[in-house]
Amino acid sequence: MDFFNRFAIPHPSPAIYASMVAIGITVIAVIAGLTYFKKWGYLWREWLTTVDHKRIGIMYLISALLMLFRGGVDAIMMRAQLAVPENKLLDAQHYNEIFTTHGIVMIIFMAMPFIMALMNFVVPLQIGARDVAFPRLNALSFWLFFMGAMLFNISFIIGGSPDAGWTSYFPLAGTEFSESVGSNYYMIAIQIAGIGTLMTGINFITTILKMRAPGMTLMKMPMFTWSSLVTNAIIVFAFPVLTVLLLMGTMDRLFGTHFFTTTNGGMDMLWANFFWVWGHPEVYILILPAFGIYSEVISTFARRNLYGYKSMVGSMVIISLLSFLVWTHHFFTMGQGALTNSIFSITTMAIAVPTGVKLFNWLFTLWKGKIEVTTPMLYALLFIPTFTIGGVTGVMLGMSAADYQYHNTMFLVAHFHMVIIPGVVFAMLAGLTYYWPKMFGFMLNEKIGKWSAWIIAISTLLAFIPMFFSGLDGQARRMYTYSESTGFGPWNMVSFIGAAGLAVGFALIVYNIYYSTRYASRDIAADPWDARSLEWATHTPVPAYNFAILPQVNSSEALWDAKKHGHELFPGKYEKIHMPNNSGVPFIMSCIFFVWGFSFVFSIWIPLILTTIGIFVCMGLRSFEKDHGHYITVDEIKETENNLRGA
Amino acid sequence: MKWALYTLLFTIATLLTGCEPLMVLDPKGPQAETQAKDILLSTGIMSFILLAVIAILIVMLTKYRASKQRKDYEPPHIEGSVLVETICVGIPVLIVIFLSIVSVQSNYKVEATPQGYEDKEPLIIYASSSNWKWHFSYPKENIETVNYLYIPTDRPIEFKLYSYGPITSFWIPQLGGQKYAMSDMVNTLHLAADVPGEYMGRNANFSGKGFAENTFHVKAMSEKEYEEWVKEVKKTAKPLTENKFTQLLEPGHLGQSTYKGTHLEFLPPPEGENGGHNHGSTHDAKAENHEDLSETSSESEHHHE
Repeated sequence: MDFFNRFAIPHPSPAIYASMVAIGITVIAVIAGLTYFKKWGYLWREWLTTVDHKRIGIMYLISALLMLFRGGVDAIMMRAQLAVPENKLLDAQHYNEIFTTHGIVMIIFMAMPFIMALMNFVVPLQIGARDVAFPRLNALSFWLFFMGAMLFNISFIIGGSPDAGWTSYFPLAGTEFSESVGSNYYMIAIQIAGIGTLMTGINFITTILKMRAPGMTLMKMPMFTWSSLVTNAIIVFAFPVLTVLLLMGTMDRLFGTHFFTTTNGGMDMLWANFFWVWGHPEVYILILPAFGIYSEVISTFARRNLYGYKSMVGSMVIISLLSFLVWTHHFFTMGQGALTNSIFSITTMAIAVPTGVKLFNWLFTLWKGKIEVTTPMLYALLFIPTFTIGGVTGVMLGMSAADYQYHNTMFLVAHFHMVIIPGVVFAMLAGLTYYWPKMFGFMLNEKIGKWSAWIIAISTLLAFIPMFFSGLDGQARRMYTYSESTGFGPWNMVSFIGAAGLAVGFALIVYNIYYSTRYASRDIAADPWDARSLEWATHTPVPAYNFAILPQVNSSEALWDAKKHGHELFPGKYEKIHMPNNSGVPFIMSCIFFVWGFSFVFSIWIPLILTTIGIFVCMGLRSFEKDHGHYITVDEIKETENNLRGA
Repeated sequence: MKWALYTLLFTIATLLTGCEPLMVLDPKGPQAETQAKDILLSTGIMSFILLAVIAILIVMLTKYRASKQRKDYEPPHIEGSVLVETICVGIPVLIVIFLSIVSVQSNYKVEATPQGYEDKEPLIIYASSSNWKWHFSYPKENIETVNYLYIPTDRPIEFKLYSYGPITSFWIPQLGGQKYAMSDMVNTLHLAADVPGEYMGRNANFSGKGFAENTFHVKAMSEKEYEEWVKEVKKTAKPLTENKFTQLLEPGHLGQSTYKGTHLEFLPPPEGENGGHNHGSTHDAKAENHEDLSETSSESEHHHE
């Protein structure tokens, strides 16, 4: 019995038991459904073993939407708890767990896979490649991320959620002050997902550098590809820091080391420093691909080339460098003195310059254009003013003396939500709507789409603008309650209304997907938006090999040139195409990783040792496996192409 | 610049008339005033930028909508111009330089004895946090309080911050911004109160279950009243024993209480040779020190029995 006690939740509530039941029923329903409709084989052949970047992208997308739901429920619960003073909806422990998981889920398990989804689907198409450089590694990246996310998400029904904030500052997250396994989940689940991300970084850098279509020099790459290249470079430099940091945290929690403890020479701020050495670049890992999406969308619907291409590229490179030089601004109040604060204050504010350049370039892309406001464009246009609010308050936070007053308050919370929601979430929704026809062969309904964009934008302002004021009025972040005399009540009530509005907006997007799946026309062109880059030059649905003939490129807008200036995009004739084989190993290995992680979280050593061996066996098998892929013959290509042209 | 000033005035006006003054923008001490000034100045400049962006966006959207143009209009190919890009870089650079100068000056202001108070003798108070309380030790006065703080006005105050537990952040919004209290080092925060009054103080850094209620009460009073209070405490308060302090450290919430003597004598703060950053060679010294301490503590316990 002692053995099983560790799986109990230290702080249960009816809501958690209800979730357990719901999760159980869902799992049973899914298994029963797959068996009844005889879909196990289909699932295995087409999805679990796939190495196709397009399918992996779609799986990332589904995961991201699921996690958006999970993180959104957390958010609504938080805002509901704070809507009125002295609310009894949640107690302190639950509130702490919820804001912790909200942060981690939204950043690591929602925003990251959303970006990975678009990167996976779009980048190879945009550079005219047939897949990524290492397709099987790509599958492994996805499944490691997925298993990390699942491991993290079961924490609240088995053993308890982490409760030390998404930043998980030690010593609070150490065993001295967090005894439950919650923080073990944090260390291990993020570690597993993080390894996947690091592999993606290597994979995409290689893909973009080595697999571009003939003629596509670096300065002729579409802007989303540029942003992906820079992002993945940041990933490769930043994520190893996280890997080591989580390892140190694991050592402290499970093996009694003293990196971050309050005794025996541990340093309390060491975690915070390392965390933000990864964490600040992470912010740009999220925002740069979003900027890439905006560049594509704005240029497409302004019907004009992107203004200032070179300065767009230059500003991204400068942002990526500066992103590693500002981490201390997350704790100006650590006591590092006026000189250090001054240096980091200046580097922080300096980031505003390249970011401003991008903003003005988007505005000037509209100049002399022929602007058509579609749903993706609406998100981009709503992004510009709302993101500016987030951006300029970032400059204000960068003034370190004043930051002593903003730090740890709702002002900060308002700032980063005003950056991340318009910056990343709007971009992902714009990207989702924009690329939906390429992914699924039909368009999302424009009318419902625009409604949801407006509702989400207005609700974002409603939810987060009040926080600037309550923060300046002394409301610290992460407080589960406050008294009426503080006067925070009205601000938080408006925030709650905004949060409810956001929920309505997202529900509308789900409805739009349902509605369009049922009613939208399947008879759409390969290039429904009249776009400019290569991903629209192939058929819809995209054949497994992407392009029957590799495209010939002479500018960053190859398709536009082909449409308007008679550029010949696909010279030559069909040749047999070499494609990678599917493999079950990435999925199986990631399942083993899941059990490995679970054993690690609960310190069950024998399965841990066995699964560790299992992981190495999988890697060994791969090393000795002779898999040269397969060829698609010219006849098969002809048949596919004829079918697609007919459709 | 003129525009910026107008926006600034407008912002201040709305903030002040719209509702009760926000705590941070209602400073009662020189440090908070420096910070409030920076906040208002940057809000003004940033509002100007925000308005400029919105204005450009509106112009572009009204002039270049597809519905406003000829059907056969083909947007031109424009690479970008050096002049426009220079302006787009130049103006933000100038703004950032200006704000950097302000920021650096303020940094040195808030990290030193408040301006106008340099010639007065600072009052040193050790403020330490434990889950989820604040302990205030007045070493010179030799008194200690829990969860409340009495300070004289018109005298610089040097807070020495550290923590028995997770990182916390000592914050009295109306007197000045916050600073961390940590277990392995002592941080110094310079504050002063210009006017007598009662202020809210709290831990601003999340520290676990009891974080929301981790507040303390601050009262600033004239030097004379303060001296009287110290005398009163010395006369009436119970002595702070090591036993009592150990009880106080236990996790939980407590009301306010007052003691004669401070815990600094038997449990020195992590500064100097007791600092957490003095690992290695001083480690032994620290251990010895600790032994000494435990001996004295057992003695004192004995004494009390």
